[in-house]
Amino acid sequence: MLTVYGSELLTKPPKADGKVHVTYWEKWTGAEFDAIKGVVDYYNKSQDKIQVDLLSVSGIENKTLMAVSGGIPPDIAGLYGPNVTQYADDHAVIQLDDLCREGGIKAEDYIAPYWEAGMVRGHIYALPSTPATTALHYNRALFKKVGLDPDQPPKTIDELNSMADKLTKREPNGHVIRTGFMPGEPGWWNWAWGPFFGGKLWDGEGKITFNSPENVKAYEWVQSFSKKWGASALQSFQAGFSGTFSSPQNPFMTGQNAMEIQGVWMYNFVHMYNPKLDWAAASFPAAKPGLEDPTVIDLDVLCIPVGAKHTKEAFEFLKFVESQKGLEMLCLAQKKITPLKAVSPGFIEHHPNPFIKLFIKLAYSKNAVSTPKLGIWAQYGDEINNAFSEITIMSKTPKQALDDVTNRMQPMLDKYLERLKIRGEQ
Amino acid sequence: MKSISRKEAMAGYSFASPWLVGFLLFMAYPLAASIYFSLCDYSVLKAPVWVGLDNYAMLLHDELFWTALKNTMIYAVFALPAGMATAIILAMLLNSKVKGMAAYRTFFFIPSLVPQVSLAILWRWVLDGEHGVLNPLLNKLHIPGPNWLGDPHWVMPSLVIMAMWGVGNAMLIYLAGLQDVPVQLIEAADLDGATSWQKTKNVTLPMISPVILFNLVMGIIGSLQVFTVPYIMFPNGAPAHSTYFYTEYLFDNAFRYHKMGYASAMGWLMFVMILILTMFSLKMSEKHVHYQGS
Repeated sequence: MLTVYGSELLTKPPKADGKVHVTYWEKWTGAEFDAIKGVVDYYNKSQDKIQVDLLSVSGIENKTLMAVSGGIPPDIAGLYGPNVTQYADDHAVIQLDDLCREGGIKAEDYIAPYWEAGMVRGHIYALPSTPATTALHYNRALFKKVGLDPDQPPKTIDELNSMADKLTKREPNGHVIRTGFMPGEPGWWNWAWGPFFGGKLWDGEGKITFNSPENVKAYEWVQSFSKKWGASALQSFQAGFSGTFSSPQNPFMTGQNAMEIQGVWMYNFVHMYNPKLDWAAASFPAAKPGLEDPTVIDLDVLCIPVGAKHTKEAFEFLKFVESQKGLEMLCLAQKKITPLKAVSPGFIEHHPNPFIKLFIKLAYSKNAVSTPKLGIWAQYGDEINNAFSEITIMSKTPKQALDDVTNRMQPMLDKYLERLKIRGEQ
Repeated sequence: MKSISRKEAMAGYSFASPWLVGFLLFMAYPLAASIYFSLCDYSVLKAPVWVGLDNYAMLLHDELFWTALKNTMIYAVFALPAGMATAIILAMLLNSKVKGMAAYRTFFFIPSLVPQVSLAILWRWVLDGEHGVLNPLLNKLHIPGPNWLGDPHWVMPSLVIMAMWGVGNAMLIYLAGLQDVPVQLIEAADLDGATSWQKTKNVTLPMISPVILFNLVMGIIGSLQVFTVPYIMFPNGAPAHSTYFYTEYLFDNAFRYHKMGYASAMGWLMFVMILILTMFSLKMSEKHVHYQGS
């Protein structure tokens, strides 16, 4: 902390332009960083009182934490949606209720789950920057190759299973050379399979419900792929995909994985690495009637850390980003959807992603799922990922793995809620 | 006289003050603070709340703590002797009088200069069960290559193999020790008709035993603190926590779960474990380590 503080003092550039300099740390790199830089540059040119100094920061959660505790946080931090509750619990980010009220930023302007993502126990701590939903992405060329109709993606999990069977290709020795579908690819939402099957991760009050029958059923489905194709064969096949997402070796681009759950951003990567790929996106299949259009609500958020020196000016910039113009400029440049209900004429028409209407529709789905609003989510999510690993390598039955996570997390939830109660924040 | 010695002392402290200040601020204070934090519920961002020995008591009942500790111990038990044996053998080979020895020494030392993150990525390409370099070579020898990175039974051997890649530093220390072995002792053994193995066992190894002890202690400390390579190669200790090490759990508690008090307790437990193992090694070495001056 002292080192950070010392270096901050030594490296602080002189501010001779008469503007208030707002420091803004953002996690993005590459094209996504260029998109936010475009917004920042536009804002800086649009007025002469505030200069936003944008910095791309890797490992932003840890660095923001350290900077806050060292007393030298940025004025704005671009965190991940699931971080918000933990950072609010730890008093690392400020409540934005009053600022939003004064600035005219209202919940009713946003698509509900994106506003909700920034709310913790009735207060707003974060505003959405770029939102996303997920859908089934499938390789149309492979559909045609195995005799499936590329205009008829699976609508139910049973259909998904049977299409996956047709699309999976193995050598006589059992070696997998192409998968139709793998629940562990890309493996970013291993927690979501339960909610996709109608389960919940906690009851919203004091009970971890990870081992509920719906969740067990979901992970039995996950394990069915290992049983069908061989846990070892699938592990070996998938091990080669690690670190290949943003590359031409991405298994969806290479045709090694015919169908996978992905977010609205996938278009960017297909466009970048294999623009000739014949692909499409559709709603993820329903596990049972009533669970149509399941999707993961995923988003990046903007927060003002506790101890920020220029809160008022930082919020002035946030007001611009959260305006219809600012959000559409950012989201269009990142080729995502906007978190606002109102959409300017031309946003959809000029959007390069041919499935943008689907992703917008999914944001309104009654079966959209988000990470639980728990300050212990980081640990809970890690436990779920480990259980997922145990299930796919078949070292445990789904029931055993889910029971273990539930038994481990329940005391942690109890303690977490007890602490909130002691602090009067429950 | 008194005034001169005081002046000298002041000058000495002044010259040493950059280190002293740095040590007090960046080592002594954090160390002392972490003892206090280990007895508190502390998230870094809020004031620590005293909980006594609660963190230590919770660790004893934390299943994941024991898994991480077990993984770390298994790794140390295999990686440490394997690394030491490799380093000694390489050092002995590189101590022989062969043309171009400087080039050979450089060649074997260079891998230890590779940054750990690069090393982790490099080994992924080598050990990948599907597309890696190693398995096709094994297949040519009619050995079926395992799923090095995905099979829980093979990930630990993979990490031990990778650890041997970085023995360059230890090898260099052994090499320096070997060059200090008195030539007359080797010549005396030659005159007595000793074989190469007898010379190694009865002369060379005893003469470099202080160096072996030093590398053993450093190896214990290093192997119990293994972090970077498994953290990069096996996120979340996958598969199924089979590569989840003590320091990874400590890091996660401190920086991901914001449980700095708990992490501090883990840090101090690790310190005690390393201290006990080091003391044990020193005690055991009394009969086996020979110092030239003694």
